[in-house]
Amino acid sequence: MLRDITLGQYYQTESVIHRLDPRVKLGGTLLYIISLFLFRNFLGYVAAAIFLGIVIRLSHVPFRFMVKGMRAILFLLLFTVVFNLFLTPGVPLVTLWKLTITREGVEMAVTIAIRLTMLIIGSSIMTLTTTPNNLTDGMEKGMHPLKWIGVPVHEVAMMMSIALRFIPILLEETDKIMKAQIARGADFESGSLIKRARALVPLLVPLFISAFRRANDLAMAMESRCYRGGEGRTKMKPLVYKGRDRIGYLCVFLYLAVSITVGRLPIF
Amino acid sequence: MGIVETRDLVYEYIRRDEEGNVEGITTAVDKVNLEVAQGEFVAILGHNGSGKSTLAKHINAILNPTDGTVWVDGMDTSEEEKVWDIRQRAGMVFQNPDNQIIGQVVEEDVGFGPENMGIPTKEIWERVEESLRAVGMYEYRKHSPNKLSGGQKQRVSIAGVLAMHPKCIVLDEPTAMLDPKGRREVIRAVRGLNQVEGVTVILITHYMEEIIHADRVFVMDGGRIAMEGTPREIFSQVDKLKELRLDVPQVTMLAYELRKQGIGLQDGILTVQELADALCAERAKERTCRSF
Repeated sequence: MLRDITLGQYYQTESVIHRLDPRVKLGGTLLYIISLFLFRNFLGYVAAAIFLGIVIRLSHVPFRFMVKGMRAILFLLLFTVVFNLFLTPGVPLVTLWKLTITREGVEMAVTIAIRLTMLIIGSSIMTLTTTPNNLTDGMEKGMHPLKWIGVPVHEVAMMMSIALRFIPILLEETDKIMKAQIARGADFESGSLIKRARALVPLLVPLFISAFRRANDLAMAMESRCYRGGEGRTKMKPLVYKGRDRIGYLCVFLYLAVSITVGRLPIF
Repeated sequence: MGIVETRDLVYEYIRRDEEGNVEGITTAVDKVNLEVAQGEFVAILGHNGSGKSTLAKHINAILNPTDGTVWVDGMDTSEEEKVWDIRQRAGMVFQNPDNQIIGQVVEEDVGFGPENMGIPTKEIWERVEESLRAVGMYEYRKHSPNKLSGGQKQRVSIAGVLAMHPKCIVLDEPTAMLDPKGRREVIRAVRGLNQVEGVTVILITHYMEEIIHADRVFVMDGGRIAMEGTPREIFSQVDKLKELRLDVPQVTMLAYELRKQGIGLQDGILTVQELADALCAERAKERTCRSF
């Protein structure tokens, strides 16, 4: 179930990528994703794949682990590919009953499949090598300038880290409520989809009530420990750029320059 | 003036119906006068709904009195601008260990309070280390709180409060959700704080066994202080405690029943060792009598 999703899961090991400042990883991932949408020929994707491969090797995270996370979005991937394959207008290649596959459709579907796969693997490297805490810290600090246009950066980061902290607690609680309801004769497994969805009501209502109660308790505990927003707060683990972070940025920009030049060559 | 003092403290919960009209008023705390000296270990005892938790929340300025005054370290808790100073002086540990840990790593959670107070980074690390050592959780500093036992989580919560360097810690039923082993761990940590670090402790509980080591005990009932005294004085009044729907520790109960059967034991026996000694002394006396 929910436990199988690799996206947003940390893989504990020791590597250069793990030790990089989260801001470098966040910025790098963002630039990498943008680059994927700028290519006009397959050479760009080759460059991106090489870069991705190097980063994966450096991260010491087994490739199998990343692919496992892909399974969760396999359906989405198939869905987009199929739609693009059949619904793109252009020169017809094959006609199956009422559906036509066009040359443009094939091109589009292949590009989208490659893009999505690389996008997901790329961003999962970030989450696999950065603790959720580090990630929220990086976001808070990295997006600090947005505060001037009224984005509550600190609050968002705090909410994210609290949400991450409570996910395992609420999962455990769901399990407990589920067992309690099963013991009283609730049936979550059989029947039609609608019936099963309806069976979830006695699970969700207590879960929500308990979540609200927990939120109330937590707010009180935070206030009693002098929490009053981001103003005047110091950091136990402040983010400071080191030499390797500068090299990291350099590598990202180097990749960006190379891949975009190569990827926009008019050869294909 | 003591570290915590209340004068004629009254707190009323107003119950409202769906339209927001006042349905009734429940007086949770009713004219409570309390004084706790620096370095004392005070226990507040009472069954559910006796107003003990409501009283505790006043000491941390989470609730404001309906009537009367609460002073913490000389500061009136109803003064808006003193709230953060008060919360730093009088830290609070709550009942549910899961709902008060904010960090995803033990050391980060302990650092949360000092971070909020704006302490420089280097000092935060010193405080975190010293607080975790004080509750015996230093070797768990890199762990995720989700993987700890209830007693360990509660000790982390105590360390989190301790890192703010409070003068007084209020523990609101910290052991209510723990197993006996966790309960012992927490109580041992709390006693350590009081004796070694000299922190004033106000322990709120309904477990009788936990108040044995307190300097003074207040028993609450219906929002009022029904009894006050040393643990020994309190436990010698078994009938009154029963009237207040409180359980007496097994040993004390046994001693009480034996005494009713005419065995000459002293009042307010608190520990198994005490009872054993008293019984041995009694037997020795009997033997000497018989030998005559």
